[in-house]
Amino acid sequence: MSSRTFWAAVLRTAAVVTVLAIAFGCGGGEQEKKAAVEEQPAATGAFWEPTGEEGDLTGKVSFQGQPPKFPPISMDADAACAAMHSGRVYPDAVVVNGNGTLKNVFVYVKSGLEGKNMRIRDEPVTLDQKGCIYEPHVVGIQARQNLRIVSSDQTTHNIHPMPKTNREWNISQPPGADPIIQTFSRPEVSIPVKCNQHPWMRAYIHVVNHPFYAVSGEDGSFTLKGLPPGDYEIEAVHEHYGAQVQKVTVPPKGAATADFTYAAGQAYRPSSLEMMPAMALPCCGAR
Amino acid sequence: MAAMLALFFWMMAAVTVVLFLGRVWWLPELASVHGAEIDRQFVLTLAISGLVFLLAQLGLGYLIWRYRARGEGRAVYWHESPKLEFTWTLATAVLFIGVGVQGNRVWANLVSADQGQGAVTIEVTAQQFAWNVRYPGKDGKFGRTDPSRINDSLANYLGVDPNDPAGQDDIVTQNLVAVPVNQPVQLILRTKDVTHSFYVPHLRVKQDAVPGMAIRNHFTATKEGEYEIACAELCGMQHYMMRGRLLVMPRQEFDKWLAQRAAPE
Amino acid sequence: MAEQAVAHHQPAQGFIRKYVFSTDHKVIGVQYYMLALFAVAVGMGLSVLMRIRLAWPEAKWPLMQEWFPTAFAGGPMTPEFYLSMMTMHGTIMIFFVLTTAPLSGFGNYFLPIQIGARDMAFPILNMLSFWVTFVALLVMIAALFATGGAPISGWTAYAPLSAMGEVAGPGLGQGQTLWIISIAIFCVASLLTSLNFLTTTLNLRARGMSLMRMPLTVWAWFTTAMVALLAFPVLLAGGILLLLDRVGGTSFFIPGGLVVSDQLLPHSGGSPLLWQHLFWFFGHPEVYIAIIPAMGITSHILCTFARKPIFAYKAMVAAIFAIGFISFIVWGHHMFMSGMSPFSSMMFSITTLAVGVPSAIKTFNWLATLWGGRIRFTTSMLFALGFVSLFVSGGVTGMLLAQPAVDRWLHDTYFVVAHFHIIMGVAAVFAIFAGTYYWFPKMFGRMMDERQGKIHFWLTLVGVYAIFMPMHYLGAAGTPRRYAQLTEFRFLEGMQPLQVFISLAAFVTITAQVIFIFNLFWSMRRGKKAVENPWESTSLEWTVPSPPPHDNFGAAEPVVAYGPYEYSVPDAEKDYILQTEPAREVRTTT
Repeated sequence: MSSRTFWAAVLRTAAVVTVLAIAFGCGGGEQEKKAAVEEQPAATGAFWEPTGEEGDLTGKVSFQGQPPKFPPISMDADAACAAMHSGRVYPDAVVVNGNGTLKNVFVYVKSGLEGKNMRIRDEPVTLDQKGCIYEPHVVGIQARQNLRIVSSDQTTHNIHPMPKTNREWNISQPPGADPIIQTFSRPEVSIPVKCNQHPWMRAYIHVVNHPFYAVSGEDGSFTLKGLPPGDYEIEAVHEHYGAQVQKVTVPPKGAATADFTYAAGQAYRPSSLEMMPAMALPCCGAR
Repeated sequence: MAAMLALFFWMMAAVTVVLFLGRVWWLPELASVHGAEIDRQFVLTLAISGLVFLLAQLGLGYLIWRYRARGEGRAVYWHESPKLEFTWTLATAVLFIGVGVQGNRVWANLVSADQGQGAVTIEVTAQQFAWNVRYPGKDGKFGRTDPSRINDSLANYLGVDPNDPAGQDDIVTQNLVAVPVNQPVQLILRTKDVTHSFYVPHLRVKQDAVPGMAIRNHFTATKEGEYEIACAELCGMQHYMMRGRLLVMPRQEFDKWLAQRAAPE
Repeated sequence: MAEQAVAHHQPAQGFIRKYVFSTDHKVIGVQYYMLALFAVAVGMGLSVLMRIRLAWPEAKWPLMQEWFPTAFAGGPMTPEFYLSMMTMHGTIMIFFVLTTAPLSGFGNYFLPIQIGARDMAFPILNMLSFWVTFVALLVMIAALFATGGAPISGWTAYAPLSAMGEVAGPGLGQGQTLWIISIAIFCVASLLTSLNFLTTTLNLRARGMSLMRMPLTVWAWFTTAMVALLAFPVLLAGGILLLLDRVGGTSFFIPGGLVVSDQLLPHSGGSPLLWQHLFWFFGHPEVYIAIIPAMGITSHILCTFARKPIFAYKAMVAAIFAIGFISFIVWGHHMFMSGMSPFSSMMFSITTLAVGVPSAIKTFNWLATLWGGRIRFTTSMLFALGFVSLFVSGGVTGMLLAQPAVDRWLHDTYFVVAHFHIIMGVAAVFAIFAGTYYWFPKMFGRMMDERQGKIHFWLTLVGVYAIFMPMHYLGAAGTPRRYAQLTEFRFLEGMQPLQVFISLAAFVTITAQVIFIFNLFWSMRRGKKAVENPWESTSLEWTVPSPPPHDNFGAAEPVVAYGPYEYSVPDAEKDYILQTEPAREVRTTT
């Protein structure tokens, strides 16, 4: 064979190798790209629009008994964290307000909105890291709505949500970095978020496919505004005391209430008891 | 070309050796007893290997320059020299085995040294990406732990069982180790998740913490001060900033420090 | 002998059979070489990214943020992306470059010709081994683009970090799984290659080609094939167990009661040290799989251009064998700080130092080969001389790392990085370059450009020393390796300028490789026509046309009468005697 045809052949082979490799690579690459702004809607059909008939749901989460005591957080593990606090800091797993109500309870419409295709809000939900504590502690967000993660700390954090049905991710954020934008593609309540650099840091992200959710505040109250009239199952979720469900009916242009009560000593499972499944399929993301 | 290459090898070797001799970049200041032996063995071996390195590069450069092709004539026709081969085989064997024996003596001293009575026992449990440090408290006993009780967000980093009386007086800190100066310290190294390595440069301490194992290590710090703890085994994304502090203080201060930590609220 | 085994196979017809799924060892050799060339380009690209992060850890790269939003989330390169790049750099370089080019690339092309065979013993197996390697590379490249990123557990993939899945860090999900699958496939390919090499060397030698007349390159490939045959199955087994731990719910490497990111793992009873033992039982011989062929190539080229017989041929063969054997009993020196018994450490320390003896013998013999020579400074020779220098520079530091006591200070520092990059990475690459400049005329029928070659040599030589020598100082000062950033610790203060220097040196050196790539492809078409034996060398490949015909030797069957390195024989006509020249009356020593 002449060296010329030989060399041409070799080069052609190399080209095939390269093209195949790149094509193979990019196939996977698309998945890696963030689904930051995806087209809406996901399901077929038009968006649900308010008709003027909507009502509000309000309520309160009360707490009975003595809240549990936790040892203080080891803030001095990182000087940059300790500098942001004076005095000891305790875990914010159970926060009881002065008026005997429970803070940080996520309340949302569990069922009753089926078939209604809700518009995803344009404005992002913000999760801040401040003094090595997540602010807010409980985050509600719509599926495919942007989550904007910012850091106010002079230390490196990593943001590590551990979902069950969404894709797990874990991203570092050094001080001074731009905000990180992420989304969750499927509804899923109680996604724990952890910073491995500061192990005590914990937030919970609740992903729902509608905008009707709230988190109980400093006075233990919450409001779900603009609910279309109908029958609903309303669920309250607390990381330490678990979930409660109530049925309510929202009349046209009316108001409804749903009060929840949690009691100390109620059984709960620490999150670590939830064992990881031993079988994790490498494909598909779902476990 | 020959002269240039020879010159390069010579210069390269010279610069390398000079920078080592000048200690431009050198080990951090020593602050432990056993570290002196490590440093001595390091310097000794470095000197030997440096000498070998220098001689070989000089020799290579010389041969390149001396035997470059020039003029007429042929190279020497030379196949072997059993005497020469035997000599340098023996010489290198003696050198390498000698270094090995000496190195193993130092190693034996390190791992078998008597810890003596009254060593301060500290348990260090690594995790992604922090060092959990536990002192047994007054009773000298560590409380029972249970992995299923571990919950970082409730500040129970080690899964301490609240029902075990031995654990009531345990003191737990994170990324913070205090030890008394000039007293032997015994470390028990564990890890909650992946393999880490407990590395204190100034103390010449480095030991992997392996899942499922409790590995003992000991040292005696000789200088008061604050030293850094780093991780020396790849453990994940933030491996590079798994930073802890090691405080070496007089015994009295150390006792006070412990008492302070043990005091409720 | 050759006739019965290979039975004069006809040249294949058609493009696909001739150049893609070819069974011709020469085509396969070139395919391997090109695969390694592609892999090395990827590997170097990854190292550029690593060096960017190490030199300027906090700098923001808006353009990169645009292109790789996850890798540059928030502006600076994320540490997890750095670790991905590090893992892939190590894996691609070690498996797809250092194992592939010197052994499978040059070995496939020249082993049969140098022993006077028409092809490998099992041509179809040979073709298969290349395409299996190709698939392994595809899967490895796919890991680079996997959901969640490429694995971050390093080329050693220490369990349980590599066994836990995504919960232990990004890239440890799909990326890590693909990584393991790729390595397992690669193991299979290497097994096929080694079987072929061993059989070919033992069965297909031409008449007169006794074992002790084989060039040292053949000895090197032969020994390496033996080492690979024994080492790769262990990695294959380990890889399968690791894969089962990940996807099958088994617990070979994961002990009970582990809690990662607050989640209790359901595994129990495994041992992380088991993985380390399995990995390094393969991993240490692997280092020699990369370096032994390089030693052979260097010996071969030094003789040619010093115009001298190799000094102490028998000792060289013995040394290669000794190194190959001892490489199997030193693996524990990677584990001095792993919690392994300190008594084992003592044993491994002595065996490790013992491997220095045959290595030193080789060095002495190379120097003795130069002594009294008439050195011709071709680019090929320059690289071979560079190999000797690098082999010494990287070898002497082994004396420090072989001692557990000293290793307590140096383990997992840049000192180790400097050591293995010089001795295994750069030295082997120098041998690949030397081999390329030396054999290119034979492979492609044209000469490479010597002027470009020399510029390439000088930039590369100065460059690699500028990159890797400073790492010794970093290591002596305690700088830990595999850190995405080295500015977080006070004890490393003042070391950052060295990191910047190393990065700049790396960028220059990597840019200089463009000269080589250009020279390589330009010379294929435009280089001077090569004669049969341009270097006045002695071995069999220089007795056939450039490039050799399909069955290497045509109708004539080579008969060997001389040892491989008969240069400057005093009363001979020329200053070299081809191995196939008719025997003279006066017998030479071999």
